[in-house]
Amino acid sequence: MKDLISIDQLGRAGIERILARANEVSQVASREVQKVPALRGRLVANLFYEASTRTTSSFELAAKRLSADVITLRASGSSVEKGESLKDTITTLSAYSPAAIVLRHPCAGAAALVAGWTDAAVINAGDGAHAHPTQALLDVHTLVNRIGDLTGKRIWIVGDIAHSRVARSSAVAFGLMGARVTLCGPPTLLPPGIGAALGCETSTSLERLGEADVVYGLRMQLERMEGVAIPSLREYSSYYMIDSGRLSSNQLVMHPGPVNRGVEISGAVVDGPHSLISEQVASGVAIRMAVLFELLAGGDVSKQHHETVMA
Amino acid sequence: MSSETPVLDQDGMQRALTRVAHEVVEQNPDAEIALVGVQRRGAVLARRIHPLLEELHGREIPIGDVDISLYRDDVASRPAAPVVHATHLDFPVAGKTVVIVDDVLYTGRTVRAAIDAVFAFGRPAQIKLAVLCDRGHRELPIRPDHVGKNIPTAHDDRVNVSVVEIDGNDSVVIASR
Repeated sequence: MKDLISIDQLGRAGIERILARANEVSQVASREVQKVPALRGRLVANLFYEASTRTTSSFELAAKRLSADVITLRASGSSVEKGESLKDTITTLSAYSPAAIVLRHPCAGAAALVAGWTDAAVINAGDGAHAHPTQALLDVHTLVNRIGDLTGKRIWIVGDIAHSRVARSSAVAFGLMGARVTLCGPPTLLPPGIGAALGCETSTSLERLGEADVVYGLRMQLERMEGVAIPSLREYSSYYMIDSGRLSSNQLVMHPGPVNRGVEISGAVVDGPHSLISEQVASGVAIRMAVLFELLAGGDVSKQHHETVMA
Repeated sequence: MSSETPVLDQDGMQRALTRVAHEVVEQNPDAEIALVGVQRRGAVLARRIHPLLEELHGREIPIGDVDISLYRDDVASRPAAPVVHATHLDFPVAGKTVVIVDDVLYTGRTVRAAIDAVFAFGRPAQIKLAVLCDRGHRELPIRPDHVGKNIPTAHDDRVNVSVVEIDGNDSVVIASR
């Protein structure tokens, strides 16, 4: 596997392999020296065409814990603002011989395109409303570590389904692990046919939210709301906000962050005992270490000059 | 043509391990010994000699194991990412005489990686190396302190150590090509 573009390419076995790896590498953080030399001397380039806090920082930290060198380029303040094309930026970046390029881009399909232009491993850190595989992996990792086997568990993903790559990736990943996923949101933010496409049920109301074992809130992506998808945020909140009144005490709550408190989820729920949001952030580093290690450790055998046997 | 030559059987292995345990205690009488096995067969051997070591030394000896996959020097030149096993070192290594236990000493690269792994947990007073077999052909300036059995080998021989806990039987065999 050269690149990680979407969660589908992993399948259940691939997801489980990366979760197991994440559990082992996460131990590194508890050592006196929070670093292992596994990827020493290799370059990881983060290329972010959209704002991001936790994805960039967790990829940086993951690469550093594995002793890789990291450079992070953001579209704002770089030559991208001066009109450089994606292809030219990748060509420029490739001159630094990165082992991996971590790409976030507003257009669906950008990561797959870039993967064909470079020898580096390409990790999709979000492409438009298409996919965000490491988010899906860390969501599954968080949930499995909390409740174990997901077979038959009911997971409701609530909110702005239309603009959400997280919904697309995580719904597929939860489904591959045996969970039953329901996508819920206002009709204008729930594209027709998406349930069938992702193998999920759909709902436009929270009436049956009580059946959920896990409630996954999505961020209202205000920056992507072209046209009028909802009358007002206040109206959205009155029908769809996840708050303590709508939750029972045995339901767990997840959210990919950043949270709009009081819009898609109430502050009390975010900080409450059923929230897995900080666990998700912690899992993010472990999962990204596991993915970097999976893609970068193990090279092209044909390039080997000599085999070194360790015993 | 390939052939297999047995080197140690179950009794032979037991005797070799017993001798190693005695040596460790005799040569480090006043040390605060800690035992660290290298995953996976070194870890099994460390657990085997642990009770005898405690009995001979007359005090508790902490035991742990390290997985060296993340410390290898050949990560980029192998066909696939290795499986990473758990590392368990839940005692402070600072000030201890850490005895690294492995099944076969060959190039010395695994031991170098294991030393790095131990240092990630703190600064031990000393690190010693105990191995079941030394088969020669070192590529690094590393030597064992305690050896169960020296085995002369050719470079392209394989030394296969089996242990009951993983492989169902105890034996050491040289496979020649």
